[in-house]
Amino acid sequence: MNKNKQKTIFTAVVLAVLLAACVVLDMILPSYHIAITVIKKATVYSLVAVSMNLLNGFTGLFSLGQAGFMLLGAYTYAVLTIPMAKKPGVYQYFDGGAIPFSVPEVFSGVLGETVGTLLGMLFCLLLGGLLAALVAYLIGLPVLRLKSDYLAIATLGFAEILRAFFQWNALGPITNGSNLLKSYPVFSKATPYVVLVGLMIAVILLLITSTYGRAFRAIRDDEVAAEAMGINLAKHKRMAFIISSFFAGIGGGMMAMYMETVAAAPFKSALTYEILLIVVIGGIGSITGSVLASFLYIFFSEWLLRGLDSGTFLGITAPGIFKNGFRMAVFSIIIMVIVLFFRKGIMGDKELPDLIDKRSRKRKKEAAE
Amino acid sequence: MSKNVLKVENATMQFGGVVAVNNLNMEINEGEIVALIGPNGAGKTTAFNVITGVYQPTNGAVWFNGEKIVENHPQGKMKKLYKGEHAGDYTNVLAPTPDKITALGMARTFQNIRLWKSQTVFNNVLIAKHCRTTSNVFSATFRLNKKEEAKQREEVLELLKIVGLDDVKDELATSLPYGKQRRLEIARALAAEPTLLLLDEPAAGMNPQETEELTAFIGELREKFHVTILLIEHHMNLVMDISDRIYVLDFGKLIAQGTPAEIQNNQRVIDAYLGVAEDA
Repeated sequence: MNKNKQKTIFTAVVLAVLLAACVVLDMILPSYHIAITVIKKATVYSLVAVSMNLLNGFTGLFSLGQAGFMLLGAYTYAVLTIPMAKKPGVYQYFDGGAIPFSVPEVFSGVLGETVGTLLGMLFCLLLGGLLAALVAYLIGLPVLRLKSDYLAIATLGFAEILRAFFQWNALGPITNGSNLLKSYPVFSKATPYVVLVGLMIAVILLLITSTYGRAFRAIRDDEVAAEAMGINLAKHKRMAFIISSFFAGIGGGMMAMYMETVAAAPFKSALTYEILLIVVIGGIGSITGSVLASFLYIFFSEWLLRGLDSGTFLGITAPGIFKNGFRMAVFSIIIMVIVLFFRKGIMGDKELPDLIDKRSRKRKKEAAE
Repeated sequence: MSKNVLKVENATMQFGGVVAVNNLNMEINEGEIVALIGPNGAGKTTAFNVITGVYQPTNGAVWFNGEKIVENHPQGKMKKLYKGEHAGDYTNVLAPTPDKITALGMARTFQNIRLWKSQTVFNNVLIAKHCRTTSNVFSATFRLNKKEEAKQREEVLELLKIVGLDDVKDELATSLPYGKQRRLEIARALAAEPTLLLLDEPAAGMNPQETEELTAFIGELREKFHVTILLIEHHMNLVMDISDRIYVLDFGKLIAQGTPAEIQNNQRVIDAYLGVAEDA
């Protein structure tokens, strides 16, 4: 039991330090600083990566529909939160849009400006998640009968169809066609992202360690045995799919906040592959891995390797080599190295508290020698 | 007369031109240990799969504790098309998935061990308890089912103690030696709280000593868990030791049934399966 206590303390300390670091960064850096941007984007990616890990890593359903569910969340959030005053400008080709209210404003009317806006924003994120979950339920009815690669192809196709559908001009009064949705309220600081995503990942973690999470892992390990032991495959697969999509939808809503504009274009399959890459790098079946990999991925691609595209990297100025696209070349090599040397991802299927185990084992070994 | 637990009625399982199980009739009473034997390819495992719902029989029915759980008749498939005055004569098709049959109180083990590889011994057994939880996904996630969870963990611990695996409960299931993996599979099946336990070749690949231990173990199970047992086995010593009755299958057909003594002296069984010792 002592070890468990140690693990809990270790985890709590690490998380507290990270949160404190984030709060401090928020105070000393302006909100347009690249560090804040990296934190915001990485937290959003973490949430989506964890939701994908829940499905691909813990339940063993290889689904590639994440971008589609994010799109649903992003659009729901943006459409419902654009202030009335800004609507004529945003929906300039569609007579100010078809939705005659803005949820944060409705909430403000009852609860006052600050609290109302905040609750309205959170409520719309939740609605985005619920819409994604509802769509996941409907899509899941036919699609979850498929296995492995076929499921991946079907969900990928669904996401692409959804993207095209949202650009359809006839839906313009709601989705603004292929034009941008913008001017909706966003969190400009990084701390709200970290807190929100932290809470949601905690919920996913609780789910995974519950009896249902164990059933999901049983399905991943051996479907036939799981069914023979009384686990209803259809029900549990649907459940995992819906829950994963719910969090992907919320992640999409937060992605909308981070980007400050929403269009269907960024939610293409490349986004799903990015998330999949993060999941694989972090370790399939490790929540900590997904979060860690998100931060590393965003940190490298958005910040550290930026110079490779713009002429100067680590003090070396070489405009001839370091131009647009070189960053992705270097990045690909890094990923290949990671895949070669960390076959199971950075974390394998270990979590944050397990790190302490490894260290103590090493210490024991050293003591023995 | 004791209660009838399982009744298989005219079960036929046909794969294209191959009739794997041909018109099988069996009955098992409460508290019995019944063995299903026969040469390789006789259709024993197929019969298991029909009983547990993995396959839908091409014809026949299965009754469990007096309730019809699986049923299919060739004309049953026509029921929706046939709406005439005799529609009522046409029987239903009943084809529950294996998980529903397990929920009714039947649990099985597999011929080739199918443990959940990434899980510990303890979790392997605990997951089998999942089908008995009453909590939904919300109450489980937000830990509103602490009482139930604690009770289940306690039951699993007790079960592991009884089967003698409590000292390795935190090890990965796949790191156990072969004999213990078999034992764990049985423990896992018991965790689902069955009244009928189906063991598919529990002694496969075991050495004589392990087999002997297993024979004693299976005998104990009946006393300790009040289960009825149906087993498939090739180790004749084990079968003859513990079975109350034996069914013999050959090419999908039932060729004999009876007590171990009757089976040992049945000429058809000797010809088809048991054979004669050369120096006898």
